[in-house]
Amino acid sequence: MSALVFAQQPVSFAERLRDAAATAFIALLLGVPMIGLTTVDQGGALRIATRWPALFAFVGVCFAGRLLLRWGIDYWRAQRQSAARAASAASAEQQPATSLLLRRAGWLALLVALVLPIVFADNRYVVDTATTVLIYVMLGWGLNVVVGLAGLLDLGYVAFYAVGAYTYGLLATQFGWGFWQALPVAGAMAATFGIVLGWPTLRLRGDYLAIVTLGFGEIIRVILVNWTEMSGGPNGITSIPRPSFFGLPFKPPGDEPTFASFFGLEYSPHQRIIFLYYLILALALLTNLFVSRLRKLPIGRAWEAMREDEIACKAMGINARNVKLSAFALGAMLGGFAGVFFAARQGFISPESFTFNESAIILAIVVLGGMGSQLGVVLASLVLVLLPELGRDFAEYRMLLFGAAMILIMIWKPGGILARREPTLAYRSAEAGR
Amino acid sequence: MNAAANATPVARAANPVDGAQPLLRVDRLSMRFGGLLAIDDLSLDVAARRITGVIGPNGAGKTTFFNCLTGFYKPTLGSIRLNHPQRGLLRLEKMASHQVARRAQVVRTFQNIRLFPQMTVLENLIVAQHNALQHASRFSLAGLFGLPGYRRAETAAIAKAVGWLERLKLIAHADSAAGALPYGMQRRIEIARALCVDPLLLCLDEPAAGLNPRESAELNELLKHLAGDEGIAILLIEHDMSVVMNVSDHVCVLNYGRKIAEGSPAEVQRDANVIKAYLGEEDGEEAPGAHPPANTQTVENAR
Repeated sequence: MSALVFAQQPVSFAERLRDAAATAFIALLLGVPMIGLTTVDQGGALRIATRWPALFAFVGVCFAGRLLLRWGIDYWRAQRQSAARAASAASAEQQPATSLLLRRAGWLALLVALVLPIVFADNRYVVDTATTVLIYVMLGWGLNVVVGLAGLLDLGYVAFYAVGAYTYGLLATQFGWGFWQALPVAGAMAATFGIVLGWPTLRLRGDYLAIVTLGFGEIIRVILVNWTEMSGGPNGITSIPRPSFFGLPFKPPGDEPTFASFFGLEYSPHQRIIFLYYLILALALLTNLFVSRLRKLPIGRAWEAMREDEIACKAMGINARNVKLSAFALGAMLGGFAGVFFAARQGFISPESFTFNESAIILAIVVLGGMGSQLGVVLASLVLVLLPELGRDFAEYRMLLFGAAMILIMIWKPGGILARREPTLAYRSAEAGR
Repeated sequence: MNAAANATPVARAANPVDGAQPLLRVDRLSMRFGGLLAIDDLSLDVAARRITGVIGPNGAGKTTFFNCLTGFYKPTLGSIRLNHPQRGLLRLEKMASHQVARRAQVVRTFQNIRLFPQMTVLENLIVAQHNALQHASRFSLAGLFGLPGYRRAETAAIAKAVGWLERLKLIAHADSAAGALPYGMQRRIEIARALCVDPLLLCLDEPAAGLNPRESAELNELLKHLAGDEGIAILLIEHDMSVVMNVSDHVCVLNYGRKIAEGSPAEVQRDANVIKAYLGEEDGEEAPGAHPPANTQTVENAR
């Protein structure tokens, strides 16, 4: 009996009974050794005892449970089908409504992000976690250019994050550069690495590209571990200066003017945390603005066209090499910016922070969010960062919970949380605008 | 389409070599894949403002010829020379595929439709104008800040796309995802997209495949309009003889990679080699293009 048949017509009661009986039979087979027989300790000797009532109860529960489950699945399928039918009938009018709803959700999220540190000014844990979420949002938006728009599966994205972080770390500790001076240099550095990686992979697609990028990510990490003179090896780089507020450091009051003394505030260590939060929020918003704007430009459309059909792109006179390299370079640059912020926030970086695990999480954020969707990345970052945080009470089970949540999202929303693609321009609005 | 219209292509068919220099000259082209000679010493001239049909049984090397022409394959031997009105003589066999479309303005469609399925129809046509727009956006900088120069270029690109969509009766679907539309419409979108590249020579790979009689009659009209009024040379691979024989000014027949006949549709239809290779020997049917009356009727109704 295939799932298709179940989905299309109601199943007779006899069929359900037969199905449940089959399940009960398997339960009986398994139950005899596992429940029916047990060992008891009788005066030092082990003897086998039987528990037939428990076994029959177990088989009965399995039978009833299967019956109920089957009924539940059928009911749910029927509901979903009728809902889908209704939706397809109304989808024409619904589309603008959905996009309006999404836009409102975006503004709401921005509002929440803006007031969050004010509401939780004294709660360092909340602001810190929110900062982490925003780092991942920014990384997700950066990787979205490469994976979501250009369709180039990149498993080594963390390499560019590392390049950005180490560029800032070295410039700051060796040459005394400030955060704002180092930011563009680190971005350019990461973009260069993006082109260096992109060049040899131009002819690769899909799985092969993924393997090569995975290797590249590992190469960068291994170099950082082993080139001790440059990177400090496994010890990393310590005492990286924190960013200052346009030259005003966040320090207890001293000789030089500090942020607190300049504004006549009382010094509090929370000020720096909140400043860092707003800094990454601004960086992330700039990233978003940049990427959404690029998407509506020829280069962005070429990225998406490349994802859809590379051969057709060439036939339209588009230089595939330039389009791919620009996606790699810009994605890497955004990753590099995030890396600079990461180094400045932590004050300490080591190769430990740039393992494949990070790449996988960033990729999961893009895929779970819905390839190419900006708001989807925010939602997915929230899920992927907050779930392990919320799961702390479950100790070692939290990764299990995390995995289960990811599987459930992929079952319910195979295209990602927000899979709908927003067109970059519309005939209707172009006409109206004239 | 009556008898008079049927006779038109014959009257119009002039040997393209007669006039001035041809637009495209393929000279002794060969393409070898290992032991297989897919194209064997093919020479062909394509005249400007004319429709040249390329026919032949399956596996005759027609699509391979297109791939050589548009830079997707590097031919083993031979030359493909395009006489570009502005850029002079271009050697297509030495150019990469995107250069063929961009510099030589030789644009193709594909046998198995290759649209950008998730993008809207309008976006498909805008992507085809990538090079002009990318130039106007000055490496995206002018575009990022929405400078007026870029905005003008974008408006012009949309106007051009909308113009073709209107002429190809696709405008009602401008905002639909291209991949979600019916097959016949996707074929037309692909042609509209190719037209947005401003082709000098348009290479159509089986544009009538999967179209119903009414749609292929519309295609005939479109092709004649493009060649006659827009001055676009068309190279047409097609199995549908009602299309090839009706619209072509000149037909070239390939079999096993070799050219076995060439000439006006009427000449080709009479050619013994063609009938043998293309229709089979014992086949008592009429030559291709002489269609059963029922089909002609449908075509007439469609107009």
